[in-house]
Amino acid sequence: MRKMLLLATTALAFGFGTTAGQAADLKACWVYIGPVGDFGWTYQHDQGRLDVVEHFGDKVETAFVENVPEGPDAERAIERLARDGCGIIFTTSFGYMDPTLTVAEKYPDVKFEHATGYKTAANVATYNSKFHEGRYIIGQIAAKVSQTGSAGYIASFPIPEVVSGINAFLLGAQSVNPDFKVKVVWVSSWFDPGKEADAAKAIFDQGADIITQHTDSTAPLQVAQERGFKGFGQASDMIAFAPTSQLTSIIDDWGPYYIHRVQAVLDGTWTSGQTWDGLKEGHVVMAPYTNLPEDVAAAAKELEGKIASGEFHPFTGPILDQAGVEKVAAGAVLADGDILGMNWYVKGIDDQLPQ
Amino acid sequence: MRIELIRRAEQSRRMALLSPVIAVGLTVVFSAAVFLISGVDPLAGLYQLFIAPLTDAWSLSELVVKAVPLVLIGVGLAVCYLSNNWNIGAEGQFTIGAITGSMIPLLLPDFQTPFTLPLMLVAGILGGAAYGLIPGLLKTRFGANEILTSLMLVYVATLFLDWLVRGPWRDPMGYGFPQTERFNSAARMIMLGDGRMSVSALVTLVVVALMAVMLAKTLKGFEIKVLGASPRAGAFAGFSAKKMTLFAFAISGGLAGLAGIMEVSGVIGKLQPSISPGYGFAAIIVAFLGRLNPVGILIAGLVLALTYLGGEGIQVALGVSKRMSTVLQGVLLFFVLACDTLILYRVRFISSSRKAGAHA
Repeated sequence: MRKMLLLATTALAFGFGTTAGQAADLKACWVYIGPVGDFGWTYQHDQGRLDVVEHFGDKVETAFVENVPEGPDAERAIERLARDGCGIIFTTSFGYMDPTLTVAEKYPDVKFEHATGYKTAANVATYNSKFHEGRYIIGQIAAKVSQTGSAGYIASFPIPEVVSGINAFLLGAQSVNPDFKVKVVWVSSWFDPGKEADAAKAIFDQGADIITQHTDSTAPLQVAQERGFKGFGQASDMIAFAPTSQLTSIIDDWGPYYIHRVQAVLDGTWTSGQTWDGLKEGHVVMAPYTNLPEDVAAAAKELEGKIASGEFHPFTGPILDQAGVEKVAAGAVLADGDILGMNWYVKGIDDQLPQ
Repeated sequence: MRIELIRRAEQSRRMALLSPVIAVGLTVVFSAAVFLISGVDPLAGLYQLFIAPLTDAWSLSELVVKAVPLVLIGVGLAVCYLSNNWNIGAEGQFTIGAITGSMIPLLLPDFQTPFTLPLMLVAGILGGAAYGLIPGLLKTRFGANEILTSLMLVYVATLFLDWLVRGPWRDPMGYGFPQTERFNSAARMIMLGDGRMSVSALVTLVVVALMAVMLAKTLKGFEIKVLGASPRAGAFAGFSAKKMTLFAFAISGGLAGLAGIMEVSGVIGKLQPSISPGYGFAAIIVAFLGRLNPVGILIAGLVLALTYLGGEGIQVALGVSKRMSTVLQGVLLFFVLACDTLILYRVRFISSSRKAGAHA
């Protein structure tokens, strides 16, 4: 029995130690915070990976690890991929920042790309998208559609990306209705369909009639659909989950970026840097404007065009903070760095940021 | 045919040794079937799951890194469970230990001496023990159910950590992101080799040895087991169940706290909202898988760590879902616990024809 086991293990070791490493020129790998089936953040990153597969065919092999928590396990998952022969590794959550840098230091020949962080190195680049551009558009739509003048906003964590999204949403709404209210509910998770749904129910019970979210599941929109209210999709086009409720969705399209960066590694032209693109470059895409009066949809399309062309910037002054202090002077535009580190609310938000 | 379980007169020693082997065997067969159904080469799957993590130095050291907190917390919990105290809150004691230990580098950043790390470890132990004593005291003073209180205190601890890293302890240079500054080098664990394995592995081995001796060879160990088996008998022997409750909670809280601060000063290097992927809960499984015996717990911790690493391996190498590894992990635990039945019971197969005959 023992001998057989030994034989079996040796056979296994030889048989499968060699199957890895086929003819592909490059192995591109991803680390995901959620399940690939979240239909939100991680799903869209995986769609980007599949775009890479489709674009490069046999030239590029891909692999991923999903559901990796932002604790001690992250570093192991990243290092495993680096050891497994990945030439470029995309780590797709903020909490992977330090682990990514630690592993990158040990593997100088591997290229690392960290989404949503701010630390770089010779072989670590960062990338993110200007989601606030889309948030301004949906804010404006919300103010036009809402009967009660009040929207709910389901938020994950009070990090700058989320805060700037809430601000952009309200600024968009205020451009239509200066008294528009937004209720922020923090669920302290990126993906928790149960909690997100409960938050959505609470928001509707409190009199809001439109909902938006900075979390990754389809649950809030499904609640809106059930109750006959309106809402916006997040990260992916969620129209299938809310056919008569979704007005539009802010879609993250990572495919072009991933293809571009993988190509750069293949060409030997990859360099570190910080990429922050939006509607203009097609990294942020608005889903079709549905369930809307024609004039509202047309206005939204026009605004989208203006933001994409650079004619209009969502953070154009005058912008006051909650205390009434002027943060952006009339006519001025907030600098990118200030948006990326935003930790204050604009006037009119009915919530306190944890300080 | 019918299968009957017949209670053995005494526990089978042969089965005590054989049942884990049977369990692993059944898991292998079941896993192979799952792989086959999902269109994955079962041999490749089994290799990635159970053997690949053992084939190189890096994954072996990662195995140790993953097992350390599970084993440390597990041996502490064993003292609780053997003495009939149901501490479910190790995750919270782990978190508080990490916080109290981190106070030294975060509040006294200029205190960088060879004593910094040892003092942090002591602070972590004391913090975890104090937090563990809360449900202990609530039980001895007010008769509150320790399962509920210790579990609820987990949420208090993790939310407290969350508040700290978003509020008073947030790194002022961190763009508002929820994390503390990185610890200075005097506050980091001493590494063994160039991987992530640190002296925490040695500390764990020492703790396992000490606990094994205490449970097997000392009066205290006898007291723990007697009070667990029969509080009345213990009382006749002059042992105090109340003191034992406090002792058990202090030991397991302290060890969980030690695991917490070693994890934070070792592999993470700062405080952040999430510092544990549920070690405090997984360690409950480890404690029982190891039959509440320190050496058994050491082995069980390594086995559970192996399934985590193997689970990642099958994702990367074979492109299967993480859910698959979770299922197989559950299956392993199920078979181990189910096979324990064989220690207490004998299986008898009764053919239906004979049964029919008997009734005729």
